[in-house]
Amino acid sequence: MIRLSPALAVAALIAACSPSPAQTAGTDLAAADLRSGYTFLTAETQAMQDDSFANPGYLWVDRGAVLFESRAGDAPSCASCHGEGLTGIAASYPAIDETSGDLLNLEGRINQCRIRHQNLSALDYENDDLLALTAFIANQSAGMPVSVSIDGAATAHYRNGRDYFFTRRGQFNLSCHQCHDENTGKRLRGDTISQGHGNGFPAYRLEWQTLGSLQRRIRDCDAGVRAEPNAFGDPTYIDLELYLSSRASGLDMESPAVRR
Amino acid sequence: MASIRLSVPKTAMKGEIIELKALIQHPMESGYRRGSRGEQIPRNIITRFECVYDDEVVFSADFHPAIAADPFLTFYTRAVRSGTLAFRWTDQHGEMWSDTASLTVT
Amino acid sequence: MPDHSAQPEKTFSRRALIRLGAGSVLIAATPLPAFATPDDVKAAQQELFGSRVIREGRVTLKLPAIAENGYSVPFSVDIDSPMTEEDHVRQIAIFSPRNPIANVARFQFGPRAGRAAVATRIRLGGTQAVQAVAEMNDGSLWSGSAQTVVTLAACVVL
Repeated sequence: MIRLSPALAVAALIAACSPSPAQTAGTDLAAADLRSGYTFLTAETQAMQDDSFANPGYLWVDRGAVLFESRAGDAPSCASCHGEGLTGIAASYPAIDETSGDLLNLEGRINQCRIRHQNLSALDYENDDLLALTAFIANQSAGMPVSVSIDGAATAHYRNGRDYFFTRRGQFNLSCHQCHDENTGKRLRGDTISQGHGNGFPAYRLEWQTLGSLQRRIRDCDAGVRAEPNAFGDPTYIDLELYLSSRASGLDMESPAVRR
Repeated sequence: MASIRLSVPKTAMKGEIIELKALIQHPMESGYRRGSRGEQIPRNIITRFECVYDDEVVFSADFHPAIAADPFLTFYTRAVRSGTLAFRWTDQHGEMWSDTASLTVT
Repeated sequence: MPDHSAQPEKTFSRRALIRLGAGSVLIAATPLPAFATPDDVKAAQQELFGSRVIREGRVTLKLPAIAENGYSVPFSVDIDSPMTEEDHVRQIAIFSPRNPIANVARFQFGPRAGRAAVATRIRLGGTQAVQAVAEMNDGSLWSGSAQTVVTLAACVVL
């Protein structure tokens, strides 16, 4: 048993609690080292993602395609403005909304369109219709590289998201960085730790037995280290999504991916 | 309305064995899970699947809670004549979903 | 400020602490239905097929060696049969010796099936050997099995 003097013990406690300068200034993954979560799956699960029929995520993509064309009452359909489709758009999200100045992820953007242009109410996270629309739009960027802007108004959001990634939290006192940068490829029970990219989301997660958003995944990560998750759509989580997208720059979009 | 995806070849030779796939969106709630307050979530599953082709049930299945959510099936049938293949799912409450696909047999 | 419950003097490594913490939480959180036993499989088989002899063979089951997640395990079964009017598979029943109930599914064929083969995705409550019993049109019964290791997810979410 290591015995520390009370003063040293307190100092150690404080040092462990707050992010050290080294952590927040830590190096991000090099572009050459980027690996999609897909590469950490077993062959059978990879096959499930690759088979566009067996991949259950396409149930939501199909439904999203129908919703995109349909009208809710008098509201114009999404297709009435976006008739030529939204190819490549999802790869550039989260993005700053010019009108409001807010950082929006794809779900936030869809909801803003609903309110502003369709006179409809916003949909809650994990609502089946919102998942369907997100899956449909994200799927239109499948195979395209993640490419977000962190310039201008987005810079502060990026920095905030990055700080979150490097900050320890929860009863396990772990930061995202510790598992997903320092310990990737190592085992946590039966799982191999991935780099924690979001390029496959919304994804069909076997653990959820359904399709879910990146917000849901982030909340599960926080719960996994025994930290109180923030609410769905929390601004810090959107900032984190921006950081994650920037960190994954160049990786192909894969939605609807299949993940554990 | 549950999303359904079917994979049926458009054409086949008479007598050819064709591969069929059917996928339906359904939580297949096993009845063994508990909610956030510890309450047992009641069982809610699809219990029966049938594929009807040329007026006959050519393949059918009885599901128990061990069938995974969004049930997926790959099975086979012999192409006998041109027509419609009907795929039917029924849940434990008697609610039914179905979809059809056309097959041309040469 | 993140919670720092471990005292600095403790010599537990980070990994040991995670294993302890996560393990005990898992036991507390998992509902515990009574799991089936191989006897339950026998009972389920008798309910379907009576006390007819079941021979091993002709039935090939495929499961991954390691199931990524017990909630959805790709599974397929293929039965060696000409599938003619005179010689075909009537049905195949799948059993689990370790899920809460022994019955997994039952598939009905006939000569029009062309091939007595099915692929689907099943839930498995733990490492086990899944069994299948096929009934031929002459009433004979044939069986096969396949083993899979079902692992636990890394981060258990309550």
